[in-house]
Amino acid sequence: MKILVAVKRVVDYNVKVRPNSDSSDVELANVKMSVNPFCEIAVEEAVRLKEKGIATEIIAVTIGTVQSQEQLRTCLALGADRAILVETDIPVEPLAVAKCLKAVYEEEQPDIVLMGKQAIDGDNNQTGQMLASMLGCAQGTFASEVSVEEGSIAVTREIDGGLQTLSLKLPAVITTDLRLNEPRYASLPNIMKAKQKPLATRSAEELGVDVSPRTQLLGVELPAQRQAGIKVNDVAQLVDKLKNEAKVIS
Amino acid sequence: MSILVIAEHNNQQLNPATLSALAAAVELGGDIDLMVAGSGCQAAIDQASQIACITKVIAADHSACEHFLAENIAPLIADNASGYTHILAAATTTAKNIMPRVAALLDVQAISDISAVISENTFKRPIYAGNLIATVQSNDAVKVITVRATAFDAVEATGGSATVETLESVNDMGISSFASEQLAESDRPELTAASIVVSGGRGMASGDNFDLLYRIADKLGAAVGASRAAVDAEFVPNDMQVGQTGKIVAPDLYIAVGISGAIQHLAGMKESKVIVAINKDEEAPIFSIADYGLVADLFTALPELESKL
Ligand SMILES: Cc1cc2nc3c(=O)[nH]c(=O)nc-3n(C[C@H](O)[C@H](O)[C@H](O)COP(=O)(O)OP(=O)(O)OC[C@H]3O[C@@H](n4cnc5c(N)ncnc54)[C@H](O)[C@@H]3O)c2cc1C
Ligand SMILES: Nc1ncnc2c1ncn2[C@@H]1O[C@H](COP(=O)(O)O)[C@@H](O)[C@H]1O
Repeated sequence: MKILVAVKRVVDYNVKVRPNSDSSDVELANVKMSVNPFCEIAVEEAVRLKEKGIATEIIAVTIGTVQSQEQLRTCLALGADRAILVETDIPVEPLAVAKCLKAVYEEEQPDIVLMGKQAIDGDNNQTGQMLASMLGCAQGTFASEVSVEEGSIAVTREIDGGLQTLSLKLPAVITTDLRLNEPRYASLPNIMKAKQKPLATRSAEELGVDVSPRTQLLGVELPAQRQAGIKVNDVAQLVDKLKNEAKVIS
Repeated sequence: MSILVIAEHNNQQLNPATLSALAAAVELGGDIDLMVAGSGCQAAIDQASQIACITKVIAADHSACEHFLAENIAPLIADNASGYTHILAAATTTAKNIMPRVAALLDVQAISDISAVISENTFKRPIYAGNLIATVQSNDAVKVITVRATAFDAVEATGGSATVETLESVNDMGISSFASEQLAESDRPELTAASIVVSGGRGMASGDNFDLLYRIADKLGAAVGASRAAVDAEFVPNDMQVGQTGKIVAPDLYIAVGISGAIQHLAGMKESKVIVAINKDEEAPIFSIADYGLVADLFTALPELESKL
């Protein structure tokens, strides 16, 4: 069984982002970049399926700038067998990403596509659903457990009300939630080995995909900042403040 | 302008978040239709038809809509989208599952989680866990949008009498099926709808200790939430997670207990009107956004709080 894992290069989750000097976009100069945490979980799940003997080949793919090779190398060090960079210079939207992934899917014919539920930069939570739609296949979004069966896959999903388990026909697109697994760290020998693994570069034009944006970012701003309030001395003062000052309890 | 809002419901009752999505539709202006797709959902259809701001209910009561499988519902929405300039739904897990699939069928770029309507094609939405607010303009002919419910005040649920149009043909795509579910049972208010939320973090140290919070919640009529660390440690189930990747809440009062205040947690609660933090570490970042901070050990503070309420 072949697994395609889509990963995105994003600002590391520990970075406190700011608007750039003209507030036209996020300041990305000298900012630490990483594999989107949800994508790391997707890679880990693919590697575990391979370790269980279910998956035979794992292909990591990203759509982005040439710098995204770094994140693909990380995925190779984590256990992907080969990687594909679909190189673009412009920031791509979920719809365009899904179209590129569809083109790669058609070439590679994987049984399962594993992706993150959301990229923590744009927080869109769209790409997996869009890809599944374009492929006309089933989707298991926000997965916290997957179990591959003959021709189908059972996916337990984190939904607002609790957990839901679906049975999906293969091929299917699975998007990961946080509790699906805890990703491993790449070992030094594996980081060295990853340098030898194949990394192909493609372009959107070559794949026949129009990636021109449908939306325009007019600007970014900081949200209204909350002022720190006061420290109360004890529980009695807290209750008094909530009753008589904030008037939120009676 | 003509707007289609997709209702969220459990076949019996509309989810209040839908009333907030309708509020965003009202801000856009124009005719608003409300689609209720479900199975055995007459009660929800009846409720929908009473909402004053809508023109028409579009109802699909069909077994293929049971469990709101995206594979079946998305084509239903896309097939009935013609004539609409906007398709909206509240940004719940159900809509997040379905709406991008609709957008792909219509070949448009969806806009997730809007927190403000600037104009008919321009919206504000939080990005980077709410650390920045983006203003985004859509150039697509149809705007497919999910709405952050906490950012819009619900419309009136009654006072109207909309006509109901019934959709007969719904396809079961036959590629996905429901197997089982484990829904949280609770007599407490739903997290995203509660006016008071009491949340616990890793500092609670165990699931049993959440009883300290439940007792306070019951006195206040509050819902109980949690940080990711508390969910990961299996103190409580996942549906209680508040944050960037959990639920977004904005109650009148949010009490964070034993929660440090990571940006991913703040993303889910910093729009609350009044924030209280109880933490034994006076340097905890949660205090920088709390209106009232109490530096104390929660195991002594919580019983005392319960007795004083
Ligand atoms: C991609 C991604 C998404 C994430 N999404 C979310 C999300 O949606 N929601 C979320 O919450 N987190 C999320 N996180 C995790 C987040 O970064 C933090 O790790 C998490 O919020 C920490 O939870 P905590 O505050 O309970 O635990 P900690 O940071 O460990 O804090 C525990 C606090 O309890 C206090 N404490 C301990 N004992 C006591 C006591 N006896 N009395 C009083 N205080 C005490 C400590 O002083 C400390 O401040 C996400 C992380 C990533 C990478
Ligand atoms: N540029 C990209 N290249 C590859 N995969 C991506 C890209 N953008 C998003 N994805 C995938 O889609 C998931 C959801 O992203 P999003 O819809 O942007 O929140 C991510 O976790 C990735 O798995």
